[in-house]
Amino acid sequence: MASSHGTPPVFNNKVIAWIDHRLPIFSYIEKEYHTFPTPRNFNYFWNFGAIATVMLVLMIATGVVLATNYTPHVLMAFDSVERIDRDVPQGWLIRDLHMNGASFFFIAVYVHIFRGMYYGSYKAPRELLWILGVVIFLLMMATAFMGYVLPWGQMSFWGATVITSLFSAIPVVGDSIVTWLWGGFSIGNPTLNRFYALHYLLPFIIVAVVALHVVALHVHGSNNPTGIDPKGPQDTVPFHPYYTMKDGFGVVVFLIVYSLVVFFGPDMLGDAANYIPADPLVTPTHIVPEWYFLPFYAILRAVPDKLGGVIAMFGAIAVLFVLPWLDTSRVRSSTFRPIYKWCMLLLVVDVVVLGFCGANPPAGFWIPLSQAATLYYFVHFLILLPVLGKIERPLPMPPSIADAVLKKKAG
Amino acid sequence: MRRLIVSGAIALAALVTGAGAVAIAAGTEAHPPKRSWHFQGPFGTYDRAAAQRGYQVYAEVCAACHSLSLLAYRNLMELGLTDNQVKGLIKDIVVPDLNDDGQPIERPARLSDSFRKPFPNVAAAAAANNGKAPPDLSVIVKAREGGADYIYALLTGYVPFDKLSPEQVKEFSVKKDDNFNTYFPGHKIAMTPPLADDKVTYADGTKATLGQEASDVTEFLAWASEPWMEDRKRTGVRVILFLLALAGLMYAVKRQVWSNKH
Repeated sequence: MASSHGTPPVFNNKVIAWIDHRLPIFSYIEKEYHTFPTPRNFNYFWNFGAIATVMLVLMIATGVVLATNYTPHVLMAFDSVERIDRDVPQGWLIRDLHMNGASFFFIAVYVHIFRGMYYGSYKAPRELLWILGVVIFLLMMATAFMGYVLPWGQMSFWGATVITSLFSAIPVVGDSIVTWLWGGFSIGNPTLNRFYALHYLLPFIIVAVVALHVVALHVHGSNNPTGIDPKGPQDTVPFHPYYTMKDGFGVVVFLIVYSLVVFFGPDMLGDAANYIPADPLVTPTHIVPEWYFLPFYAILRAVPDKLGGVIAMFGAIAVLFVLPWLDTSRVRSSTFRPIYKWCMLLLVVDVVVLGFCGANPPAGFWIPLSQAATLYYFVHFLILLPVLGKIERPLPMPPSIADAVLKKKAG
Repeated sequence: MRRLIVSGAIALAALVTGAGAVAIAAGTEAHPPKRSWHFQGPFGTYDRAAAQRGYQVYAEVCAACHSLSLLAYRNLMELGLTDNQVKGLIKDIVVPDLNDDGQPIERPARLSDSFRKPFPNVAAAAAANNGKAPPDLSVIVKAREGGADYIYALLTGYVPFDKLSPEQVKEFSVKKDDNFNTYFPGHKIAMTPPLADDKVTYADGTKATLGQEASDVTEFLAWASEPWMEDRKRTGVRVILFLLALAGLMYAVKRQVWSNKH
């Protein structure tokens, strides 16, 4: 059946051989997901790509079912979501899976991004792979934002108001852009309809970009915890069964945590105010976005100028696009970068602090704290990364992945 | 590697607790005291007797002003009542409809009807209640920070004007006709104290104190907010047990597969 990597596979099953001769999908699967040589030293951080993929599929599957029962109209959207919970058989399960699935998709992607940053996965020759990942992240943010609007609760409505109004900060054309986004002079039925259409469309674009992301990944293969390129067969294992099994195990563990929230605290990550139907005349005391946007929301509010805040917020994401060129170090993995390692972990703390700042009203000590945290965020990317690469003395690196694995086993 | 897993877990926990802190931080007024509810915890269920009494409180008191539009009378059967018992409960309720000539009529409520709305529309509800329409109660327990604790605290948290301290009267500019509630944001609430001792007479002989009524109607409203909660928890227990077993198997196979590589 299967051959070793390098020679084309021979299929004994005649039907498969016939199809493969004309459309080589089986050869492709064989090459990319079976014999594909993969570094043998992944830790569990390398599970999160597979986990994120599972979450994406789960979101689309549950989303399509929800769409068959949802009514995108300002007078009916809220009740139709409640009808899904109450009157659609197992509708509550589909909605809880979808609603919390967004949170867990973001958890998986945030860990995945951290993995990429900590182990320098974005460095040559994987810059485009990284950039495609940031594109996926941006598309996810847009999709999640518009999805949160659909139940048409108070936070849906006012969150949409705050975020779309950001575009009014753009000089000259800002107000026209906002009118165009809304489909009118205030948020209303046209806004809800276009958000629904886009919320259904964007996930399929995400699938397409994920496909490109995977294609780019399979050109040079995965990075690994040492950041050293595999030098021969002793450094790699075939993807299947080694990583299909390890990823499968990781996915199930992740699903356990996800299920705990879905079944025993489905509303713990949401805002109570979104169970109040949208009312354009009553502004909630605190308008907060979903938790996964809080760090960016904090950066937005940390700058005392509206346009400045918008620029800082988008800049916080834009900076990720140029990350491969901001980092001047030739060492990929933080394991061998004694100073950068701590900067990177500090960045994680910084983003969590920003999350808390975003959750609290901008008053008292939260203002200077969010400003300091915003400052560190940009200092990390714009100053520490370029400078550290020049001055940091990396630790001695093992000659190969196999050496690193054997040494670790011995020690 | 283990250290990395641990730090990853800590980061994840920080994210989740961070989101939890959001919910806590959003409350501005006095925090409602934590009470113990029958429906709490991973195995908690609704107290059927309390919820049935709570329906009585809703029907005899709250329903005069508050709609419960997402529920139908048939849903009451989920509280352990038979269809004949529910028919008995709603025998005096009439709901608006159209007759065969298209003329508006009122007819006796059926099990399939949604709960009768006390006002024909929001404007009428507001006009009859000093300009502020009473909120629908279908998801009220989920729609308030603090949930059931808040609803109970609100129903029992009224302070008569003459019991207020001069500082409170001054700070919140309370007038004699205002309703002061310890737990309502801003303290001045449009709703007059809805419950009092012996406001209802319970058929099961339970003494109808203010606290009992508030606790019962909160149990009922918690059920109304999420009638499928018991199903959710039951399913959850099965799903978690299945996934734990699957994870164990997966781990065993993974170890076996990797045994010649480590």
